[in-house]
Amino acid sequence: MKSSRFDATVLTLCFAFLYIPIIILIVYSFNASKLVTVWGGFSLQWYRTMWSNEGLMDAAWVTARVGVLSATLGTALGTLAALSLVRFQKFPGRMLFSGMIYAPLVMPEVITGLSMLLLFVALNIDRGFWTVIIAHTTFTMCYVAIVVQSRLMTFDRSLEEAALDLGCPPVKTFFKITLPLILPAVIAGWMLAFTLSLDDLVIASFNTGPGATTLPIKIYSQVRLGVTPEINAICTILIGFVTIGVIATSIGTKRAELNRIRDEHVALRGTT
Amino acid sequence: MAKSLGPVKRKFSPWTDPSAVPFIRFENITKRFGDFTAVDNLTLDIYEREFFSLLGPSGCGKTTLMRMLAGFEEPTEGRILLQGKDISGVPPYRRPTNMMFQSYALFPHMTVEKNIAFGLEQDNLPKGEIAARVEEMLKLVKLETFARRKPNQLSGGQRQRVALARSLAKRPKVLLLDEPLGALDKKLREETQFELMDIQTNLGLTFLIVTHDQEEAMTVSDRIAVMDKGVIMQVATPAEIYEAPNSRYVADFIGDINILEGTVSTTESALGAPGAVRIDCDGVAVAVEQECQAVKGDKVAFAIRPEKVRISPDQPADTSFNAVYGEVWDIGYLGDFSVFLVKMADGRIVRAAQANVSRLVDRPITFGDMVWLTWPLDAGLVLTR
Repeated sequence: MKSSRFDATVLTLCFAFLYIPIIILIVYSFNASKLVTVWGGFSLQWYRTMWSNEGLMDAAWVTARVGVLSATLGTALGTLAALSLVRFQKFPGRMLFSGMIYAPLVMPEVITGLSMLLLFVALNIDRGFWTVIIAHTTFTMCYVAIVVQSRLMTFDRSLEEAALDLGCPPVKTFFKITLPLILPAVIAGWMLAFTLSLDDLVIASFNTGPGATTLPIKIYSQVRLGVTPEINAICTILIGFVTIGVIATSIGTKRAELNRIRDEHVALRGTT
Repeated sequence: MAKSLGPVKRKFSPWTDPSAVPFIRFENITKRFGDFTAVDNLTLDIYEREFFSLLGPSGCGKTTLMRMLAGFEEPTEGRILLQGKDISGVPPYRRPTNMMFQSYALFPHMTVEKNIAFGLEQDNLPKGEIAARVEEMLKLVKLETFARRKPNQLSGGQRQRVALARSLAKRPKVLLLDEPLGALDKKLREETQFELMDIQTNLGLTFLIVTHDQEEAMTVSDRIAVMDKGVIMQVATPAEIYEAPNSRYVADFIGDINILEGTVSTTESALGAPGAVRIDCDGVAVAVEQECQAVKGDKVAFAIRPEKVRISPDQPADTSFNAVYGEVWDIGYLGDFSVFLVKMADGRIVRAAQANVSRLVDRPITFGDMVWLTWPLDAGLVLTR
């Protein structure tokens, strides 16, 4: 059939457009030649040299720590922001606050980065590891807030009321009832925050200082001196991380779905 | 011999005893949400071991009233007394009331067992005692084999039982039930109603139930409060509410009723019988044997339940009052009952219900038949409100 051939062509072209650059990057990370554009046979040497490249490894370690810390802080703050936005329907400035939580999403990164920089300069804070974390926390918490907020919208308040009614004080209710139930959204928010932090070049480069070079900054500065297959190698590993993350999440959701279907069957049968 | 109202469920009527102390007292309660007044200066007493219903259409304030007792809302004005103590400002987690939620609100991440144990764990009871109490509750609601299930592995009826068990586990002084049977199908609902009554009597608890289902309220309650727009229209036993409603609103809300608007033409002496009233309802002469405040010329309503109206193709001996002639306009066949809609010459419709006591009838009444509707002096009511 003509139309299905047309569909297949379009699909192939789309996927080619999306993935050919990435595939080339991965393939050339296994290149024996030092020249990025010439294939010189299969080799793992760039992974070996990458491993012994201290500058690159340090940057990777900084990025991992920044990612974990800022994602954790951002998740805590974002979850609290989401709770107050959903729960306290009426407080002065609610509209303003809920609008402002979305603003950093559309704000050009240059502006976010620059304004954070100006703040740190004004407060006379030396830039380094912690300023990057603060800057990353600021912009990732908005994403977390939005993810958690959408979960809380559909959260049945009577569950919390039931816990209160049974004698559980409010804070304990949050940890025993609310948090376990919104946990998937909180974890998704954390993953998103971590990925955003991992990925960020602009905001980090504005707010970093000596000894706190993140991986994207490192890669960017190295590329300016010329692309080495080492860069391909570390990027391939990053892609590997993200791919594993995505696959793990989708398997998790699929399993939850299967469990739900099985539970429903059990309920319908009425017996074990 | 003096006649009295319909069936009495059990010999229990502390509200008739002036020395009885109310268990729960709503005192001049007003609750406003912004401009909207949900509950308007309401006063109500509920007694210990009573099965009490708040009945009304949605938005009448019944749920708000219950939520104020549970502590989820604070009254704008007035106070709530529980065993004589003002409980205003006491948070829900320190009140001796437990609630069964309309949505059941079972904790989806906990097993049936854990759900029931939740309230007991908050009291820091010893483990053994909690386990024993959970066991007892599972037995009470007949779910022993389901202890390890999660709520989403249960059917609607089973979830409803878990919710009941969870709210009873702490042996609350008052159990609040918010539309507890709304999600169940009719058969299961009826079964559960009787189980609820059993549990309430056996455990000796006070139950306050919110419902919009009048049949449910009639079945389970010792007393019913019929509410409308934040005020109580009538508080009485199911039989009183049905047979002696105090207003057009209550009469119309509970069950089926014919209401004919009219004017009082004569009171008592003229009719001979003591406390009797004659009403002219636009040409239909009605006589009622009832003590009544109305005087000649008052605009009143005459109300009569369809099952108290007799239908017959034959003309009665006396057609001067309590008799209506008309055409059968529609018939509703309900199996146990048939409802006849009879249209008078002026277009007004009076309903008459007849129990189908025999399978076969000599001369069935059918569409278009001309029939007479009659009723005795004490069958109907004069409503002044």
